[in-house]
Amino acid sequence: MGIIKTRDLIYEYIRRDEEGNVEGITRALDDINLDVKQGDFVAILGHNGSGKSTLAKHINAILYPTEGTVWVDGMDTAREEHLWEIRQKAGMVFQNPDNQIIGQVVEEDVGFGPENLGVPTKEIWERVEESLKAVGMYEFRKHSPNKLSGGQKQRVSIAGVIAMHPKCIVLDEPTAMLDPNGRKEVIRAARALNDVEEITIILITHYMEEIIYANKVFVMDKGRIAMEGAPKEIFSHVEKLKALRLDVPQVTLLAHELKKSGLSVPDGILTCEELIEALKL
Amino acid sequence: MSLILDHVSYLYEAGTAMEYTALRDVCLKISKGEFIGLIGHTGSGKSTLVQHLNGLLKPVSGNVYFNGADIHDSDYNKKELRSKVGLVFQYPEHQLFEADVFSDVCFGPKNLGLDKKETELRAYAALKQVGLEDEYFYQSPFDLSGGQKRRVAIAGVLAMQPEVLVLDEPTAGLDPKGRDEILDRIAKLRDETGMTVILVSHSMEDVARYVDRIIVMNKGQIMFDDKPREVFRHYRELEAVGLAAPQITYIMQALKKKGLDVDTDITSVEEAKEAILKALKRNGGAV
Amino acid sequence: MEEQSEEADSLAIWAGCRVGAGSGPVGNEENMLREITLGQYYQTDSVIHRMDPRVKLVTTVCYIISLFIVDNIAGYVIAGVFLALVIRLSRVPVKYMIRGMKSIVFLLIIAAGFNLFLTPGETIATFWKLKITREGIRLALFMAIRLVFLLMGSSVMTLTTTPNNLTDGMEKLLGPLKHLKVPVHEIAMMMSIALRFIPILLEETDKIMKAQIARGADFESGNLIKKAKSLVPLLVPLFISAFRRANDLAMAMEARCYRGGEHRTKMKPLIYKKRDGIAYGVVLIYLVLCVAVGKILL
Repeated sequence: MGIIKTRDLIYEYIRRDEEGNVEGITRALDDINLDVKQGDFVAILGHNGSGKSTLAKHINAILYPTEGTVWVDGMDTAREEHLWEIRQKAGMVFQNPDNQIIGQVVEEDVGFGPENLGVPTKEIWERVEESLKAVGMYEFRKHSPNKLSGGQKQRVSIAGVIAMHPKCIVLDEPTAMLDPNGRKEVIRAARALNDVEEITIILITHYMEEIIYANKVFVMDKGRIAMEGAPKEIFSHVEKLKALRLDVPQVTLLAHELKKSGLSVPDGILTCEELIEALKL
Repeated sequence: MSLILDHVSYLYEAGTAMEYTALRDVCLKISKGEFIGLIGHTGSGKSTLVQHLNGLLKPVSGNVYFNGADIHDSDYNKKELRSKVGLVFQYPEHQLFEADVFSDVCFGPKNLGLDKKETELRAYAALKQVGLEDEYFYQSPFDLSGGQKRRVAIAGVLAMQPEVLVLDEPTAGLDPKGRDEILDRIAKLRDETGMTVILVSHSMEDVARYVDRIIVMNKGQIMFDDKPREVFRHYRELEAVGLAAPQITYIMQALKKKGLDVDTDITSVEEAKEAILKALKRNGGAV
Repeated sequence: MEEQSEEADSLAIWAGCRVGAGSGPVGNEENMLREITLGQYYQTDSVIHRMDPRVKLVTTVCYIISLFIVDNIAGYVIAGVFLALVIRLSRVPVKYMIRGMKSIVFLLIIAAGFNLFLTPGETIATFWKLKITREGIRLALFMAIRLVFLLMGSSVMTLTTTPNNLTDGMEKLLGPLKHLKVPVHEIAMMMSIALRFIPILLEETDKIMKAQIARGADFESGNLIKKAKSLVPLLVPLFISAFRRANDLAMAMEARCYRGGEHRTKMKPLIYKKRDGIAYGVVLIYLVLCVAVGKILL
């Protein structure tokens, strides 16, 4: 079994009006089956409200399935006795960098997780150092988080998770509030962890250029998995992606348009070099 | 209508150890009906710049003129200026506060001292302009989706009937479709009303399709101020300051280098397609 | 902006929050916030800075008590000398401290004034209907000295201790109260989170204010009721945002396995060093001296 596995996962919540009367039931996740292997880089793509964040919160046992099961490293997330172990194994980075940093100094924030786990003081310091180095934020360890850029804050958040020695990190739209430089920083950090530390990465996003490095992509819509495959396969369905409120990189779109005009260009072109190759120039 | 920034400089925390120059000797003229993209990364000074346009910030040195009058003259009516130069902040949904959408949009015109009827007419027109359906008018703004909230917030400024509309990162946090919808809507609005629109963004790709002038900010100074295609010609310099031209610029440059005779100033995918097809035909390529 | 110098420690958050600073229509409020420099952490390296926060807390409390024990000139001289020595050791420039005191001058005048004019006793001079008495002068003088010493004394503590250090110290000192079901850890955690979020919320206040001013809102003119009403467009979004942040933060803390104070270890545990013992000794001697001089000798 993989590090993260879900079977027939359904999540429903009850909508209530202002007086608290039941208005109806919303099915936020519908029949999700995932199997993520240790060391994978998985991207989950979807427009706002597609259910991707709800799915992410199941992996960290912040939400529990209404029906079906989620296993993290073989542990059923619905079983309370595993709660803390699951949260340690599957760390989570959230969207808003300001709302997840607890410490007033970078190093203290990174130490927060290990402190909660009851790690001895000396080891906390070692973990903090190695984690900050892993995301390239060691020189900022004495800084106040308020003085960092968005990308740097998110890297601190990632370090805070790494310090708990997880097997898997779920990044829930970590770049949605960042500028392009910040986005690159965060994605680079996530890729490095995946490559070097072999930590499983689950990246939730709606930026298409960020999923290019994933080995598997799931596209979500209305709580269901609408598409899955390697980035190349996903990007070869330009029209379908557009129907799902997503877009593709300009080069992919251009290749797609050229193909429609009769040129022999393969589907799912991801880079400029591939396009030139395809045009046989 | 004209808006002029004359040698404007601005410092944060002036006189303390934290002093930090946000704008350095910025000169700028914005004329009626222009559609401008103001680009720069975080900390480039673009947000500080737009706050000078409606007098929220006062330059440490230099002057700002609206229709020929210095907006920091002691007898200048700033309130009127703010209705003429409408500024919509980033994450505008964070400023919604009324119990329902319609009342929230009424807030601006009401502050202008308009009577109830005029206020409501304007609010209604503004909500129509941003394309929000009637069924949402009496809902709580907090129950709307991200894209809808943003429309309501823009309508809240439009209802003051500004001559200039400044939007600070109007698409931040929206998904690609939501982003396109908002930008399309703004472009349409500008076509219909002839309003001057300034889009503040850190994405060249987003604004390139719409605007006819791009102002690039870097370290508190204007780096480029020209037509999009002219600005993108400097793609290497843009890269050096952490910005990038649209991907299409890179594709066209690469194709040109490979010997395909295409125009490298192209800014949209559609144009690129046409150009490539034409060039291939000229080369006698297989079409 | 990000490349602040190395000295940027936690407390720099106060100065660090860039509240839109300076001029502009919302400038006044911010300046007011900035004026309150009383007790802002002053970054430098000194014996006092390195001292255990518990020592500093206890000393401050003892010092305040001592100010109420002594009741004569000699006692105040001792208290003054002690304070001067501590300030000297802390390496906080006296100028910096005095600047911080400016904000309490008004309070000082009022307090002294009341004592000066309203103390019954032997009349020395009369202005209009107000009488100045000998006892009044004495009381006003002592009151002023007491107040100044008190504020300076406690600001030495905050000037030399980062807030999170201070909360740590408080948590540890009040630790025994846990047995009385006082949620000491939770209170300390709340304080440090509040400190972390104050600059963020200040910045947000500034943003919302500006956004509403751009929609024609007026926060300045009008009578009190009108002014209070004009705050609604500011407070509603601010509260909504604060609640959202609180919600997010709670989730983020849970995701990082936070479950209260039990089983928690400390990254920076408080351990008494030799200098802390010495400091306690000095404080004890000072207290004895105060009692002796203030109560017995004279």
